[in-house]
Parts: sequence; C-alpha cells; structure tokens
Amino acid sequence: MYPNEVGLQWSVLIVLYPYITGLVAGAFILASLVRIFRVEAIEPTYRLALLTALSFLLVAPLPLQLHLGHPERSPEMYFTPHSTSAMAMFGYIYLWYLMAVLVFEIWLDYRREIVLLSQSSKGLLRLAYKVMTLGSSNISPRSLAIDSRVSWIVTLIGIPSAFLLHGYVGFIFGSIKANPWWSSPLMPVVFIFSAMVSGIAGVMLLYMATTKLRGLKIDIRCVDAIAMYLFYIFIIDFSLEMLDLVHRIYEADESFRSLNFLVHTQLYIPHIVIQICLGTLTPLVLLFITQVVKLPEIVRKRMYAVSGALALIGIFAMRWNVVIGGQLFSKSFLGYTTYKMALVTKEGLLVAVFLTLLPLLFLWVLVKLLPPWPENSAHAPAPGD
Amino acid sequence: MSVFKDAGHLFRFAGLFVLAFLIFLVVRHYVVPKSFGQYGHYRAAALGEIAAHPAKFAGHETCEGCHSDVADKKSKGKHAHVNCEACHGALFQPLPVTGQPKPNLYERFVALIVPPAPPDPLLLRHAEDPTSVKPVLPDTTVLCARCHTASTAKPKGFPQVVPADHSNGMPCDTCHQPHSPGMDAAAAPDATAKAAGGVK
Repeated sequence: MYPNEVGLQWSVLIVLYPYITGLVAGAFILASLVRIFRVEAIEPTYRLALLTALSFLLVAPLPLQLHLGHPERSPEMYFTPHSTSAMAMFGYIYLWYLMAVLVFEIWLDYRREIVLLSQSSKGLLRLAYKVMTLGSSNISPRSLAIDSRVSWIVTLIGIPSAFLLHGYVGFIFGSIKANPWWSSPLMPVVFIFSAMVSGIAGVMLLYMATTKLRGLKIDIRCVDAIAMYLFYIFIIDFSLEMLDLVHRIYEADESFRSLNFLVHTQLYIPHIVIQICLGTLTPLVLLFITQVVKLPEIVRKRMYAVSGALALIGIFAMRWNVVIGGQLFSKSFLGYTTYKMALVTKEGLLVAVFLTLLPLLFLWVLVKLLPPWPENSAHAPAPGD
Repeated sequence: MSVFKDAGHLFRFAGLFVLAFLIFLVVRHYVVPKSFGQYGHYRAAALGEIAAHPAKFAGHETCEGCHSDVADKKSKGKHAHVNCEACHGALFQPLPVTGQPKPNLYERFVALIVPPAPPDPLLLRHAEDPTSVKPVLPDTTVLCARCHTASTAKPKGFPQVVPADHSNGMPCDTCHQPHSPGMDAAAAPDATAKAAGGVK
C-alpha cells in the first residue's frame, strides 16, 4: 500500500449519497410512468412518489456536507463555478431538479388542495398554505387544466433531469481513470438503472406500509404493475452489471488479478453474497415467480414486500462495493487495506443511520402537510384526455 | 386574455425564480472577491498576500553563529543536510504584517465559523533574543518516528524502524545522538538497544 491509501478517504456517508440520490431519481421515474406513460394502475403512488423524491432530495447533500472538511466553503461552488468541474455543474443540476422540477411539479399537482386548505385550515397551518398559494386562489377548471398541461411538460423535462442527477454520480466514479474498479463508461448507466430499481422498490414498500398503517386495503392492481416494472428494470440493471463484470473478466487488464482477489476475499460477502445473491438474484427469482405463476393476492403482496426490501439491500450493497470496494486495494495492485466504520463520529454509523431515517421524517411532515393518498386526489384530466 | 388570467399563478412562481436569481446575483456581487478570475480561476490578490507572508525561519547560518559545536558534529553525521529548524521548529518571529486588504462580507462570515490561526508562540523569538527565549527541546520519541517509521513506500536504504518494537517507548536519544545519529562510540549505545536492532 502507498501511505495515502491505507486510510479510506470516502466513508459510509459517500456510500449513502448515491444511495439517496438513486432513491430520488427512481421515485421520480416511477411518478413519470403515471404522468408521461399513462400507466393508470400505479396512479395511487404518484403523489407519494413525488413527495418521497422531494424528502430524499432534501437530505441528499447532507452526507457530502458532513464529509467536507470545510462545509462553509460549499456555496463557493455556486458563486464561482468552474466549467470543467463535474461537481460544480452538479450543484446546478441539483438546484434545477429540486426547484424547477420537483417543487414546481408538486406545487402544480397540489395547487387545488393548497388553495382549499388555505381557506379551511386555521392558525399557523393556514398561514403556511396561504404562503404556498403565492397569493393566487384561482382554481377554475381552466387554470387546473393549464396546471395539468404544464405539469406534464415539467415531468417530461424531469426525466432527463433525473437521469442527469443520478447519471452524474456514476459519471464521477466512472471518470476516475486512476481507479480500475470505478473507471468504466458503463458506470453512469448502471447507476441510473440501479437508481430506478431502488426508487421503485422504495416507493412500492412505502405505499404498502402506509396503506397498511392507515388500515386500508392495498390496491393489488397497483402493486402488481409496480412489481412488473421493477422486474423489467431489475433485469436490465442486472444485465448491465453482468456485462460490466464479464467485460472486466474478458479484458483481464493489469488490475484484474488484484480485483479478482479482492472480490474473492474482502468483498466476497458484500459483493457476491449480499449484492448478487441476496440483493439481486433472490428478488429477481421472486418477482419472476409472481410474473409467471398465478399466486393468491396475499402471497404476491408478501413476495413483493420481500423482493422490494431485498432489492433495497442489494442496491445499498452495490453502492458500498463501488465506494468502499474501490478504495480497498492499492493502485500498485500489490496490497489491500480494510475499512472499519466508526460508531459515534462525524462519518460514523450513527450519523449514517440518522441520515437514512431523516428523509422519512421529512416525508412524514410533507405527508401531513400535503396528503398524497389517492382518496384525496382529484386530478385534473391529463393533457390530451 | 383569460389564458393569462388563468395562468397568473404560473407567472407568480416564475417571479419567485427571477427574484431568487436576482438575490443570487446581488449576494454573488458582495461575496466574490474583486480580484477573482483576473489571472485564472482563483483570487489574484491571494498571490500578493501569500508573497507578503514573512519568513519565520531564521536559517541554519543564524543557528550556527552561536551553536558551532553542534554544527561541527552535525556536518560529520548522516543528518548533515537536515536543517536545524526542521527538527527544532521555526525560531524567528518577524514583525506583524500591516496593510492587509479588508476582508469582504463572505470572508468575515467564514471567519465567524473558522476562527483565524492563533498568534505564534513567544519561543519563536529565540533567534532575536537567544538569552531569554529558550526553545523547548523536541521529544525524540515523536520527532524521529516522523521520518524513520517503517513504510514500504520509503527507499530500502533509508533507515527505518517500527518504533514500538525498536525502542519499546524509550526516547530515541537514549541511544542515538540526534545531531549525528550513527551508533558510534561517541553516541555511547547500550548493548540492549543494539541487540533490539532495526534497519539502519
């Protein structure tokens, strides 16, 4: 090992960062299935997916801020961006995606309810809704139709934005030519598809859990459709990852022996066991069974829940293996190091757990403020309808 | 014109964006240093500020003026090319710099979060006032290990040890004379330390 390789520079927080942005991008893509691709079956999750994307997006920069030695300097990225810095450009993509896509789309979709709630609620909540109306209480059918059309355009722009948001994370790793574990043009594509898998699985689980908690019946048509899309996208994601793996094995460049040793030793459990067997093949098999065998509703729901949870674990393991795995071997290919996660430090386990749970807290607040439940939703007709 | 009436709320939202952008431009005007971008993607004034930093090293010639006996010994040993202040620290305290440009709004904000470096300790004035200001002798247990701790990245011929195995926590100057660290008769090595060995 070279002296600067012994201690890992990027900790579990940098694992969390692509995981959280992936959930954002995936949740948004699921919402776009309703808006753009008119998949009516998953309409009940549309608003929940948007709020999930927003709550996770609000937390996405926090792991990076905590990781930085001088977080107070981070605004300089906006004030004096360098055109050749992918990270500086990402700052703008993040802001664009947050404000021009997610917040705008949510505002458009909820505007009718916001106006009605600003008239019916009391106290501070009334003030909050009043502010959210931006002083306009026009909810005429024509204005709502305009909202619906604009929202459709925003979603359309949002899809490439979501791809950019998460593609960038893969791009950052894929473009580091000094690290053979990361350096691959497939990396952004793999990240995008794995993001879609985690986001769709996450929203599916959230929908099932919240519906159960509210004592209502899960719309089986909805989860069937989500599971079908999850299965298809999972297949593409897995194929791409295997393509990358096979390509590395066939190419067998000078780094191959070192990486091969790593995968068979330190990364055996997180990569082979957790990521591939438990987090990818198992949910794929379960989802495959639900697609080809006619199973009772209750069995399907359970299989979807298990597949979704395993998919989330598998995608987290994938992020872990990329970020941590890429730092475990020497660039001389002659040595290995270990990563020991601290518990109560700035970049320790407790902070990571807190940051994982924080979006759920944000989601809870958002759900209280803007209920996403299908029974409250009164969508204006989609454009062209 | 009813389209504009029914889309009025969209203009309000767009207005928010325009307002945010204007605020961004105003803040940017105040926080980006004036000389930023003059030569490249950095603050040009930083060059002058760094160049104006006074040297804090007295230089080995100054030390040798009084400590000629140490200089003679050092010149014959393996540390001949290691300058005095590399181990003893900077020993010259110049006068404070005046005429620094005023910090801008952002720099003042950053200073609130990250306090400026504390003033240099008084022992730095040894080169100017050698009789009353005496520098503290370095702890050789820590100091020597900085260069001589074993690492595969160091050249094989470079003397390196695993300090815990080599000296068992004893200060290095128990056996080695730091100004001429070879294990000769003058350094009076004891037999135990010699037996402990190390890559020399």
